[in-house]
Amino acid sequence: MFVEFTTEQKMVQKMVREFAEKEVAPLNQEMDRNGFPHKLFDKMKENGFLGIHFPEKYKGGDGDAVTSALTIYELAKASASVALALDAHWLAADTILVHGSEEQKQKYLSRAATDTIFAFSLTEPCAGSDAAGIQTVAEQSGEGYVLNGTKAWCTNGGVSGVYVILAKTDKTKGAKGISAFIVEESNPGLKVGKKEDKMGMRGSQTTELILDDCRVGRDALLGKEGDGFKIAMMALDGARISIGAIGAGLSETALRVSKEYAKQRQAFGGPIANLQAIQFKIAEMAIGIEAIKLMTFDVARMKAAGMRHTKEAAMVKVFAGAHSVQCALEAIQIHGGYGYSREYLPELLLRDAKLLQIGEGATEVLLMLIGRTELAEK
Amino acid sequence: MKKIVVCVKQVPATNDVRIDPVTKNLVRESVEGVMNPYDKNAVEEAIRIKEKTGCNVIAISMGPPQYSESLREALAMGCDDAVLLSSRAFGGADTLATAYTLSKGIERLGGADLVLFGRHAVDADTGQVGPITAEFLGLPQVTFATRLELGDDGWLIADRLSPIGSETVKVKLPAVVTVTGEINTPRYPAPIRIMKAARRDIPVYNEQELGCDLERIGIKGSRTVVTSVFTPPKPDRSTVMIEGNAEEAAARLVGILSDAGVL
Repeated sequence: MFVEFTTEQKMVQKMVREFAEKEVAPLNQEMDRNGFPHKLFDKMKENGFLGIHFPEKYKGGDGDAVTSALTIYELAKASASVALALDAHWLAADTILVHGSEEQKQKYLSRAATDTIFAFSLTEPCAGSDAAGIQTVAEQSGEGYVLNGTKAWCTNGGVSGVYVILAKTDKTKGAKGISAFIVEESNPGLKVGKKEDKMGMRGSQTTELILDDCRVGRDALLGKEGDGFKIAMMALDGARISIGAIGAGLSETALRVSKEYAKQRQAFGGPIANLQAIQFKIAEMAIGIEAIKLMTFDVARMKAAGMRHTKEAAMVKVFAGAHSVQCALEAIQIHGGYGYSREYLPELLLRDAKLLQIGEGATEVLLMLIGRTELAEK
Repeated sequence: MKKIVVCVKQVPATNDVRIDPVTKNLVRESVEGVMNPYDKNAVEEAIRIKEKTGCNVIAISMGPPQYSESLREALAMGCDDAVLLSSRAFGGADTLATAYTLSKGIERLGGADLVLFGRHAVDADTGQVGPITAEFLGLPQVTFATRLELGDDGWLIADRLSPIGSETVKVKLPAVVTVTGEINTPRYPAPIRIMKAARRDIPVYNEQELGCDLERIGIKGSRTVVTSVFTPPKPDRSTVMIEGNAEEAAARLVGILSDAGVL
């Protein structure tokens, strides 16, 4: 790939790559067994990862959307789970960065940049792709709101200090009746429910959230009443770029281990890398990775330039998700029996990759979005 | 302690170092450069001393313009300033000419209370530039330091690796010290520092600005010539099974190792 990055972007990428190789990669299989890597995230906090693209005045690193995509990409090479957890943190914190009042930014962003993981919660047990159908309600009461309902599939649930939660302030309206609220983990009305026992991405924690008369002040409302759906959709555009970056990193690892194995594994009188069947697989993996990277960093540039990128971000996500699953499957096939063993990386990559076709917008919903947008364009 | 100068070198990122068959020099083009790992230890040590004493830390490097990447990394880690000594005339320098040029650079900066180097660079592995620079500067030197501590009355106390183990020495500042990888764990530069370092202009000095004797820099100033470069043959590996009880086996093993010249 020849995309020229700035000196800043290249330097951050180099730092993250070193960190990922030394601190993250050795833990990848361990966190698959033991879950969220608290100590690693403490190190990431100390090293300024959590606020890499926030302005300096909120203790951020002053990077842009390309810097954050590069960060996610490098982390994902070492662990897709860690990259996903950081993506989920930004998904939540970015809603405040973009839509928060100055008071909210002052209050929350420096925490998000330095010491607190954030989580975003839209999905419910009975409403995911059809986000307008959420049933959690926020009723006005005195000086604030009371939230009631159950949220599902909250990435970083139970490890976050602050949650951005979507709830209906007007049940008579669909998407336009949804509002976004900032809820502190210490709020007695917020309970972390069941921890999901997931197929992959097991180093990132996903839980239910239960809102039981969860009282918040008026200052917890993000934007205006009814802005919630718009806020969520804009945030998801950004998160889909991150999914592209995770796909690029994960697929590259699948390719790397496949190449190493193919050069070393002997069959029919030589390394299997000499066989055309293997070379074709390697080639297909490499072509798709090149495409994911070009798309990902291009959309990141659009975001950095303030351009609308809803369709393009959806395209990246659909493509990256599909290719990552394909790369992981081919890595398993190249590794043969070893690829099917938990001792080796390929099966973990497959379990991680599958999430990329589901989280932050399922492939089918994004295809609808892309198709409709294309048809509406001339 | 008022000022520390840290000398850093950029080395190829890859372990697969290629050598130009004609010039016998390392192929440095098209290979991603990184700061020499031991120089990172030197930068880290300088910053730790800075955090204790509030002194000024300046990173310096001699090399082509792209070496400013490693200097930016040193700034991102916490150095206050960085300067690059760069000119066509410096090209092809051996360790002697490099050390001469660095010493002129350090003089141009007004000298330093402490000059730090990594123990050696991982590309050429000579370990000579630090010691020779000390000679040019007329300063005492401590090599292979594993721990540094500021003593009283301008003394620096250092633990250093020696062939027989570890020794503790003290040296009167100003001095030159080369550090090992054991001395510390270099920090990751913080993103905000990276952003600021990336936006800095790094001053570049050439031979005129340093007042160099033109006979002592670059190829002209080099007194060594690389006549051939080769990959050393891999030593033969063999396995010997030693029979007998523990004492006999130990005695045999010592005998074998002595005969092989490794004890």
